[in-house]
Amino acid sequence: MNRFLWPLIGFAVLAALLAAGLRLNPRELPSPLVGKTAPDFALPRLDTPERNFSPGEMRGKAWLLNVWATWCVSCRQEHPLLVEIARSKTVALVGLNYKEVRGDAAFDMDKISAETERKLAAERADSWLDRHGNPYTLSVLDLDGRAGMDYGVYGVPETYVIDKAGVIRFKHIGPVTPDVLSGKILPLVAELSK
Amino acid sequence: MIPELGHFALVAALCVALVQGVLPLAGAQRGHAGWIALARPAAGAMNLLLLTAFACLTAAFVQNDFSVLYVAQHSNTRLPLPYRVAAVWGGHEGSLLLWVALLGLWTLAVAVFSKALPEAMTARVIGVMGLVTAGFLLFVLAASNPFERLLPGAEEGRDLNPLLQDPGLVIHPPMLYMGYVGFSVAFAFAVAALISGRLDAAWARWSRPWTLAAWIFLTLGIALGSGWAYYELGWGGWWFWDPVENASFMPWLIGTALLHSLAVTEKRGGLRNWTVLLAISAFSLSLLGTFLVRSGVLTSVHAFAADPARGVFILVFLVAVVGASLLLFAWRAPTVGPGGRFDLVSRESLLLANNALLAVACATVLLGTLYPLAVDALGAGKLSVGPPYFETVFAPLMAPLLFLIGVGPLARWKRDSVSTLARPLYWAFPCAAAVGIAVPFLLGEWKPWVALSLALAAWIVLAGALDAARRSRAAAGWPPAAFLGMHLAHFGVAVFLAGVAIVNGYQQEKDVKMEAGDTVTLAGHTLRFNGVRQRQGPNYTALAGDVDLLGGGRKLWPEKRFYPTSPMPMTEAAIDAGFLRDIYVSLGEPVDKARPEGAWIVRVHFKPCIGWIWGGCALMALGGLLAARDRRYRIGGRKKAMNHDKHGEHNENLSR
Repeated sequence: MNRFLWPLIGFAVLAALLAAGLRLNPRELPSPLVGKTAPDFALPRLDTPERNFSPGEMRGKAWLLNVWATWCVSCRQEHPLLVEIARSKTVALVGLNYKEVRGDAAFDMDKISAETERKLAAERADSWLDRHGNPYTLSVLDLDGRAGMDYGVYGVPETYVIDKAGVIRFKHIGPVTPDVLSGKILPLVAELSK
Repeated sequence: MIPELGHFALVAALCVALVQGVLPLAGAQRGHAGWIALARPAAGAMNLLLLTAFACLTAAFVQNDFSVLYVAQHSNTRLPLPYRVAAVWGGHEGSLLLWVALLGLWTLAVAVFSKALPEAMTARVIGVMGLVTAGFLLFVLAASNPFERLLPGAEEGRDLNPLLQDPGLVIHPPMLYMGYVGFSVAFAFAVAALISGRLDAAWARWSRPWTLAAWIFLTLGIALGSGWAYYELGWGGWWFWDPVENASFMPWLIGTALLHSLAVTEKRGGLRNWTVLLAISAFSLSLLGTFLVRSGVLTSVHAFAADPARGVFILVFLVAVVGASLLLFAWRAPTVGPGGRFDLVSRESLLLANNALLAVACATVLLGTLYPLAVDALGAGKLSVGPPYFETVFAPLMAPLLFLIGVGPLARWKRDSVSTLARPLYWAFPCAAAVGIAVPFLLGEWKPWVALSLALAAWIVLAGALDAARRSRAAAGWPPAAFLGMHLAHFGVAVFLAGVAIVNGYQQEKDVKMEAGDTVTLAGHTLRFNGVRQRQGPNYTALAGDVDLLGGGRKLWPEKRFYPTSPMPMTEAAIDAGFLRDIYVSLGEPVDKARPEGAWIVRVHFKPCIGWIWGGCALMALGGLLAARDRRYRIGGRKKAMNHDKHGEHNENLSR
């Protein structure tokens, strides 16, 4: 055996390890919320602000909760996929609009009253959905981000799969990719909807 | 329009890189002079195209062109201009472009400064670098295009990560990348030498200044990164054994080993296969670092956004480059004859021991870095490997290495004896031991490992001084630059070591609740807190603590900066830096969030001799620079040096 082959063999083992590592995601920490009941909230709907929506209304069917905002650049990246989901009508998609005004750099919150914030958020969200298409069965406005905090949102967008009993079954952080959608989310929804 | 121009320049650069990577190599193999002659102009053209692309991306940032996705993600209209320029390399795509642009610059440097080399050798080196460039450009264009459009464009950009809005970021990545990429030259020389079968002293001499140059940049780059972490992360640490830090440290360790083994190959023709393997490894580790940082396989404060597609591409590229060169090595190395023989006690042996220790140290870092990945891959759970592991395994490896620094330069090539080696060091040993025993007492408390570190530092300084004195007695005039450079770099190691030992042994910190007017005393220094003031920065608002360092009358302004684009406030430490100590103050949180004008948690650090850590690194780099200036590496001196080799023994005592 040629002893000069050893470096190559060592490298091959290393490469195999790295290849295996690629399929894993170190950030995919098992979310403490997966397997737990989705935190409750009651937030005004974007289409009819006088009505509140809360997760309890979705009992009995599997659904998706998508955290978004108009200031979120990556949300635009996943948006066409969401529109596609909506078009296929396979699953209800609820949008949680997260800190629409506060999350945006352009506003100085000291100068904006609560009433203005509410109006501004609704206007911005509506016009964004008009422009890019509205995939959501309904959207709610989480102006101060409190509901988002209960869900442990740390990067917009995020997407949750919630089952008939209201338990979070899966959480995806970052823009939904075609792989995640067809490989994970849709099969899971299909299974949960049985 | 400008982004499209940049995109086009990248496509054109890829075409040129392919020409540069294929024809000169084929020409050198078949003796086709026309193809060989293509190498230099191709390198020039590619450089021009890469600089064009880089300039286009910079222009997009300067003009706030948010219709470019990368710009929209990493800039903002309120970002000050210097940071908009630095934001070019603030994310994955742009920093990769910087990588490739620097690779182009190194290739151009080879083309310009290697006129004295045989044409076929230069053609092969430039060809190999062309192939590497082509691979990276393919990656940029296929999976990381910085010029990708966002249509319709965003009205406002998302802003550069506030952590990166710092002068340190402006220079740290370019320096570090210069080092990483610079090892591609040593790599290309090694591959070219393997192809041509010319693994000889001349090859080692040609590689040495390039390796030194890359090593200098890497040393400075790592030091800058460590300094940046010290003052920007706000917790006063300077090295965290973070995977990304390790990724830059591994090529440094192997690069350092390579510098020393190149000396053996150049002077004695020995360790040739080992040297060539190190040259391949140094660059391979640079590529591995790129993979670890950009593929998302490891978590780190520095890691770029994870994208598995990119990971796959870099892995394939890594396998192609490293696999091919190691295959070439396995094929060619058996034909390389053994070099000059040497005894157990000789400079060669000592340098080999240096190499073995550095290589093992690198392996332990690699193991610690990849262990969490391996455990995860085996489905055995998630864990992280932290400083305790690295400190435990690293210290026992470094102690003998540091001891050898004192001995190695005094040893004779080929054969020496313990008694002749020990004689000039007769006094150095007890003196160093005395320093180790006494100084910790003076510093306040005797700690065994501080004593050991300081003894080793004193040992390095004393042995180096003895060697320099001996050299100046033996020969008139200035010793060669390589000799001075070596001792200066070793002195830098001693300074670094003393700094690490003292700061780790005697640093103090206090977290105190302070109202306006309160004072705190730490290690004999008293600080008075006068409350916080509002301050408006160009793109942030800050609460600045007004702190007086009593005695010297200096004012310190530790800040909490709020960037509207970032949910987390940034902690900006204030440091009163001195030769013997730093006083480091950072603001924690207000005790009552609603009353920032009230009491605050203030963190105060006393860091003795911490500046020596970076000073030591600067001395190492300076030593490297001095060594690289040695006259035998000069362009004119090369031909002479080559003729010299043919006569076997040559200027053997040059560095004694």
